[in-house]
Amino acid sequence: MSDFLRSYLTVGIFALLAVIMVALMLTLASVLRPERPQKQKYISYESGVDPVGEGWSQSRLRYYLFGLLFVMFDVEAVFIFPWATRLETYGVFGLVEMAIFIFILALGLFYAWRKRVLQWV
Amino acid sequence: MSPSVDWAALLPQIFLGGGSLVMLTLGTLVRKRAPWWLPNVLGIGLTLAAFGSVVWQWVRVQDPSRGAFSTIAGTVQIDGFAVFLSGVVVIAALLALVFAPFSIRRAGLPPEEFSVLLLLSAAGGVTLASANDLIVLFLGLEVLSIAAYVLAALDLRRAGSQEAGLKYFVLGAFASAFFLYGAALIYGAAGSTKLDSVAAALAAGAGSNARGMLLAGFALLLVGLFFKVAAVPFHAWTPDVYEGAPSPAVAYMAAGVKAAGFAALLRLFAGTFSASSADWRPAVAVVAVITVLAGSALGVISGDVRRLLAYSSIGHAGFILVGLESAGANGTSASLLYLGVYAFMALGSFAVVMVMGRDASGSQPLAAYDGLARRSPWLALGFTLLLLAQAGLPFTTGFWAKFEVIGAAVQSRTYWLAAVSMLGAVVAAFVYLRLVVRMYLVRPGADGDALASQKSGVGLADDSRSGDEDSDSRPPVAVPRSVGFVVAVCAAVTLFFGVWPAPLLNLAGDATLAVLGG
Amino acid sequence: MWLNQFLVLSAVLFSIGVYGVLARRNGVLVLMSIELILNAVNINLVAFGSYVQTVVGEVFALFVITVAAAEVGVGLAILLLLYRNRRSVDIHDVDMMKG
Repeated sequence: MSDFLRSYLTVGIFALLAVIMVALMLTLASVLRPERPQKQKYISYESGVDPVGEGWSQSRLRYYLFGLLFVMFDVEAVFIFPWATRLETYGVFGLVEMAIFIFILALGLFYAWRKRVLQWV
Repeated sequence: MSPSVDWAALLPQIFLGGGSLVMLTLGTLVRKRAPWWLPNVLGIGLTLAAFGSVVWQWVRVQDPSRGAFSTIAGTVQIDGFAVFLSGVVVIAALLALVFAPFSIRRAGLPPEEFSVLLLLSAAGGVTLASANDLIVLFLGLEVLSIAAYVLAALDLRRAGSQEAGLKYFVLGAFASAFFLYGAALIYGAAGSTKLDSVAAALAAGAGSNARGMLLAGFALLLVGLFFKVAAVPFHAWTPDVYEGAPSPAVAYMAAGVKAAGFAALLRLFAGTFSASSADWRPAVAVVAVITVLAGSALGVISGDVRRLLAYSSIGHAGFILVGLESAGANGTSASLLYLGVYAFMALGSFAVVMVMGRDASGSQPLAAYDGLARRSPWLALGFTLLLLAQAGLPFTTGFWAKFEVIGAAVQSRTYWLAAVSMLGAVVAAFVYLRLVVRMYLVRPGADGDALASQKSGVGLADDSRSGDEDSDSRPPVAVPRSVGFVVAVCAAVTLFFGVWPAPLLNLAGDATLAVLGG
Repeated sequence: MWLNQFLVLSAVLFSIGVYGVLARRNGVLVLMSIELILNAVNINLVAFGSYVQTVVGEVFALFVITVAAAEVGVGLAILLLLYRNRRSVDIHDVDMMKG
């Protein structure tokens, strides 16, 4: 067996152990716990309030807009990390470039703000 | 460590991209007080500045003591080829901006976003034309395309525009993904993303141990770019997008986006991969033939003028591919000539189409042009000229473009390709002549073309009620000065250089594709 | 030696993505399929990058990630526009124009 596969063997053993452990604990719990089925227990839990409507509901638009903005800024960070690790190498040139980059990003945020995307209506 | 940047090489991008960002900021700051035409005028100013810098670059590149050069660690290359196609893209944006106010006013497009997106897209196109690295090429392609997706959907309230935006986006993103996969494979096979290094590696026989990877890379790159330029097995989006999207955006797509797409195709295949041209030439030849024939044939059966022009743009893409197929300096300059010449024809034609408007269902039946020569003789004359040029009639630039492309095919001894393209040109001519005949000879309401009236029943019913006998009952088409100017300029360029083609041929001949080392 | 495994994984992801784009009706799932293709490309790029021993592949992958985010943002915005009009993101419903 090659080294490569042997190191995967460790992963396999861990996975097996995990499955065994979960199965063991669930079986133990089902043996030990008292069981009194009631209809109300099967209603889905919604912060203690009586659940309303379907479980499969659409989320509001505003979540989408904020999510989109978050993804954009989150992903742009991908350029900032490599720059940060080589801060000295690129010196002033890198600093100016990064300033321009972040300025353009901020411009996008500014545009979104002026277009009233950021208001929580 | 930091690469040297020749800012003069980036002037067009700075004017277009930087200018659009400044415009966006200003627009959000002074939104309430700014008049609606201000973004448009600013955009025209910025594209003019970009065009000026392109001209300056051309002079610099053509100066024998300086010549082509590359900058930013060799990832951007300014050669005759890049400057020529940058010029085409910038002109497309410029003229689209000039006649856009009509559409902005009538369809209620957001004026500022329209200008900003058009400028951004043009910046992407210029980057694409001067890219010398697969990464820069990809970035240019995406900036060009993403802005164009939004442009297609910019007529926010009209369902047709939304539909055009969605179709363009899904297929465009799909095509970009194919392109990227191909680029990754080429990078793996050649060991570099720099185009000159790739060319050197291919010439030195790199990838001979990974030939499958190299071929798959070629194929995927071709598929991705064929989507962008609307070559036939990958053209399905074109008619729908051209029909649904706002007309100025369509004019820019037909002239600018197509030129940028071909910039990538020519730079990659005629330039970088010329060492393995035996591998990709057959594929390009087959696609070129299908595109020429199908573009012409589908144009014959379409009953909507926008769709007709979309199919005609597909056909033109086929002719430009014929130039690519001949894989030499002649073929490349023939393709460039065709792109430059077609840009004017497309811009002028779509300006006319924009003025002619849409019927209730959002389309524009052929019958809308019945007897146009009597109602608006000048508009009809300009459109006729542009259509005849697309048909390839002598004494128009369209003739010289087709002549050069077919000549390049003959020179590279692909006689069958030349013959089939000539056949396609004849079929295509019928399409344009049919429209010209409608403008000059058919009386409105008369059923000159059974097929067209059958396909466009909605629009025709309205017309035939109002003017079944009296041909002058429809008022002349109102042509704003800006649109008249664009049509006149395009028609003048088409006619002038059709009669006296020497400067244009020289220009395209000087736009050489250099493969420089970084 | 290990390159092949990455290439095969990437090719499988690519094929699943292409299948998704062609067969799925839901616009959001089509977008996800396109993302899948782009991630297949990323795997390829990083694998080649470490195979060729240059950092270019990884840099390319970073650019692909950011551009993919921008692309999907625009795509979702267009889908949203459509959804507001028709209350559906089924892209097979979007066939007003034909011919």
